[in-house]
Amino acid sequence: MSDESQKAKAKKTAAAPKAAGSGKPAATRTRKPASQAAGASRIPARVDVLKTYKLFVGGKFPRSESGRVYEVTDSQGRWLANAPQSSRKDARDAVVAARKAFGGWSGATAYNRGQILYRVAEMLEGRRAQFTAEVAAAEGLTEAAAAAQVDAAVDRWVWYAGWSDKVAQVVGGANPVAGPFFNLSTPEPTGVVAVLAPQESSFLGLVSVLAPVIVTGNTAVLVPSEKAPLPALSLAEVLATSDVPGGVVNVLSGRTREVGATLAAHQDVNAIDLTGAAGDPGLAKELEAAAADNLKRVRRPEERETDWSADPGTSRLLSCLETKTVWHPMGV
Amino acid sequence: MSSASTAPAFADVTASDAALRRYLHGLPGVDAVGLEARAATLGTRSIKTTAKAYALDLAISMIDLTTLEGADTPGKVRSLCAKGSNPDPTDRTTPQVAAICVYPDMASTAKEALAANGGAGIKVASVATAFPSGRAPLSVKLADTREAVAAGADEIDMVIDRGAFLAGRYGKVFEEIQAVKEACRRPAGSGDGEAAHLKVIFENGELSTYDNIRRASWLAMLAGADFIKTSTGKVAVNATLPNTLLMLEAVRDFRAATGTQIGVKPAGGIRNAKDALRYLVVVNETVGPDWLSPDWFRFGASSLLNDLLMQRQKLNTGRYSGPDYVTVD
Amino acid sequence: MTDQIFEYAPAPESRAIVDIAPSYGLFIDGEFREAAEGKVFKTVSPSTEEVLSEVAQAGTADVDDAVRAARAAFTGWSALPGTERAKYIFRIARILQERARELAVLETLDNGKPIRETRDADLPLVAAHFFYYAGWADKLEHAGFGPAPRPLGVAGQVIPWNFPLLMLAWKIAPALATGNTVVLKPAETTPLSALFFADVCRQAGLPKGVVNILTGDGATGAGLVAHPGIDKVAFTGSTAVGKEIARTVAGTRKKVTLELGGKGANIVFDDAPIDQAVEGIVNGIYFNQGQVCCAGSRLLVQESVQDELLDALKRRLGTLRVGDPMDKNTDVGAINSAEQLARITELADSGEAEGAERWSAPCELPSNGYWFAPTVFTGVSQAHRIAREEIFGPVLSVLTFRTPDEAVAKANNTPYGLSAGIWTEKGSRILAMANKLRAGVVWANTFNKFDPTSPFGGYQESGYGREGGRHGLEAYLDV
Repeated sequence: MSDESQKAKAKKTAAAPKAAGSGKPAATRTRKPASQAAGASRIPARVDVLKTYKLFVGGKFPRSESGRVYEVTDSQGRWLANAPQSSRKDARDAVVAARKAFGGWSGATAYNRGQILYRVAEMLEGRRAQFTAEVAAAEGLTEAAAAAQVDAAVDRWVWYAGWSDKVAQVVGGANPVAGPFFNLSTPEPTGVVAVLAPQESSFLGLVSVLAPVIVTGNTAVLVPSEKAPLPALSLAEVLATSDVPGGVVNVLSGRTREVGATLAAHQDVNAIDLTGAAGDPGLAKELEAAAADNLKRVRRPEERETDWSADPGTSRLLSCLETKTVWHPMGV
Repeated sequence: MSSASTAPAFADVTASDAALRRYLHGLPGVDAVGLEARAATLGTRSIKTTAKAYALDLAISMIDLTTLEGADTPGKVRSLCAKGSNPDPTDRTTPQVAAICVYPDMASTAKEALAANGGAGIKVASVATAFPSGRAPLSVKLADTREAVAAGADEIDMVIDRGAFLAGRYGKVFEEIQAVKEACRRPAGSGDGEAAHLKVIFENGELSTYDNIRRASWLAMLAGADFIKTSTGKVAVNATLPNTLLMLEAVRDFRAATGTQIGVKPAGGIRNAKDALRYLVVVNETVGPDWLSPDWFRFGASSLLNDLLMQRQKLNTGRYSGPDYVTVD
Repeated sequence: MTDQIFEYAPAPESRAIVDIAPSYGLFIDGEFREAAEGKVFKTVSPSTEEVLSEVAQAGTADVDDAVRAARAAFTGWSALPGTERAKYIFRIARILQERARELAVLETLDNGKPIRETRDADLPLVAAHFFYYAGWADKLEHAGFGPAPRPLGVAGQVIPWNFPLLMLAWKIAPALATGNTVVLKPAETTPLSALFFADVCRQAGLPKGVVNILTGDGATGAGLVAHPGIDKVAFTGSTAVGKEIARTVAGTRKKVTLELGGKGANIVFDDAPIDQAVEGIVNGIYFNQGQVCCAGSRLLVQESVQDELLDALKRRLGTLRVGDPMDKNTDVGAINSAEQLARITELADSGEAEGAERWSAPCELPSNGYWFAPTVFTGVSQAHRIAREEIFGPVLSVLTFRTPDEAVAKANNTPYGLSAGIWTEKGSRILAMANKLRAGVVWANTFNKFDPTSPFGGYQESGYGREGGRHGLEAYLDV
């Protein structure tokens, strides 16, 4: 897709890029300050290669089957990219992919999952600049503030990665039953979890809701911030190159209400995190009621605004776990 | 190794040590906790009034009234025979016991004493085969058996070679049982039937695991045992409700497989009526009425009889009896 | 003598130990009172259809009053040092032990389950549950829920009729230990033991309003669940009602735990300890007349051992003693209600209509009361209703499998996920199977075992949250 056609497309739908004055997509400037410097010389300014953001489903990067995209802008309203606008069928495909991946991911050793997630942190570290730029654009932060968010997100990812082979020891254990039985409780992943990521914190918040779900062996269908989905879509690229099996994380950008409703009603989704519905109590209630149809585990939105930089504790880590208790007689 | 007494369908499994081992270790395992839980549940059955009256009499009639002491004398044995023939002198409706169980050298005394005391219908059971340890050469064990049979024993209570069993030498145990069974035969025309009945004692307390008890049960039944018996009464763990339940399951399954019915005798440690009734409940609900007779179920006991008698008196009179109202023999 | 049959004479437990009043009120704020609207309903003994008593039917105003009383009591109760709360709960445990026989008889009369079970299973577990959670009351900071875990407030608890007093214990003991106060609604058909429990609270000197008991029907329960004054909903019962509750609380801050239905698979491999497996199957589906959410209602038997196992099972079922629940020798008692009996009958009939082969243990059923003979369906496929729907009665559906993978696939092929059983002597197979089965409780070489220290609860549509053990505290803490 040429720069020209991008512009043409943008013109049709929003006045925002114009308002920025330069006529250039905001992303270009934000992401590549070097090209501006180049423009000062006689050499014609290099035309940036823009990224087509795509969904992430089953380890692949499809466009929405609906063919829909929606415009993503920065905090000033400048055009950043067109994000795929997921449909019901995209949600269906993502759930199928997540279900398919569940056996292998939940059956992998905790050590293996921990290493894979740590690998994600390594990859994130290498892309700090990109995520910093995306977060700065999405959330209107200074570069330094955005960089701090990204660093915190990478650190959080590392923190959660380490939980993979510890959570069972913290919340599981032997139960001293009054009889000749060996009795052990262990946490197991709930299954396919729909995660509505926070609307405001496009990356640190996103990582903070996604990592605890998958580290314990669940697979996720992630609905990123509706207005700021780009960091999530870029995260998908990191996941795809970090040995995370396809389908473990699926990213569906789009309208939270639309995708959320499909996922909340889907009978093969085992749990739903409604964090992303925090600003819309009506939606949260609607989705919780729909989730009741197959008794999904529901994590309600927080009552108060979440400080994503604070110590997350284990609450999210433990909210998508089932306790399985196994009994066996002891006798010779 | 197999002989005519082995059920034909099982001839191949008894053909060698290895074949026996394969067969016995292929029997379904026993989950100890589950077995004990089942026995405990059956132990909660409440046997009252008419059922109790029936069960008390049945239990008395199943007793192998036993004395197996180094201090046994003909006098002691005679007194025991008198007791077995006429358990409650105050109540002539009291049934006689099934047998008097003694050492081989007391068998003839017992036989005579019973005949003299109106106990002709009571069997004489003699332990044999170097009871209780069984640690003697086979020739000695066989001689021991033949002597007892010749002295008039109707039943022989042999012990298996637990050492051989625990060492996995199942063939040796099998052959020994067969040989003893052979030694139980009476000379033709002796008038007492073809052979003394053979009870095979496992000494469950020494076999230690339920799996071993199930294997020993099948081994003994395949070798021709008429009865399988829990224990000698001479070790720490003797008859228990669970190990008797397990042996009952074995005889039940053996009859289903071969058509041959085998008896069961718990021995040692059954001291009161309440316990005896629990065993009868286990018999009733595991193998059913076919085994509820002295022909198929026995108690190896001594002090049990007096408690059964006291309970019987209580049931008949409505008041509790005391040890001075039953005879001490 | 030997041709006589060993018939057990009747051995009835004495009824005299329990004194049932002709009528009972609601227990609100430490006192019994009539329902505001004056409505009452009768509770009958399912084994005889005899009316046992008349109890108050709580209405909206009564729910309001009870919630208000619990709210008022919450301040003091939650502020009480844990050591003091603990002592009240220990007292309750001890009084329950002292009155165990009385309560066992009462429970048997009102529920229809055999006295052997109420005496040997229900009541000991009830007392043990209170004893266990009493000890937690002053140790909550060590339970792994943060340094100062807080109670939620008022818990609205709705319990079923299959284990009336035990379910009460599962609900009330952890709620009180964590500093919550309680409004509990026992099932419509089994209200009496909860009302007697109110008297246990009185004897224990429990502050008024900490425990409130509202008798009533489904409407009472729905009113309680929907009441804006409660902070916590705990429900044990059907999946349909569980879903309704989940919808009701949507959009609120009420914390919810649901313990719902199941269709547990009891998997028997050809190397199982066969005699104990038979006992486990019997215990799995005929314990409490099969009216157990975690019942092993689907028997998955390996084809190679099918005939042998079914023969043994049928032989064993022939020895089950069905009848008067008050008789100490009864194994299988009455179905709890005419309604439940109708449901069991309908589903069993569907099994036959869909082509499964029906076999019932030969037994004589009493003419009065609600009875259903222990029944086995063979030739059942996964598509049959009796393989998919919870029957909640003494009906076993037998399916077969050939390989461990097939067993896992069939066992997990259900929207439920409460319990499963595995029978095999091979240790590594047990662990592999236990790992793959999607069920909250897996019993290997045993079945239907319960303990206050052992977390219990389901996956998927069997509900969420755990009851029992350290895990059971979470449901009543603000974490």
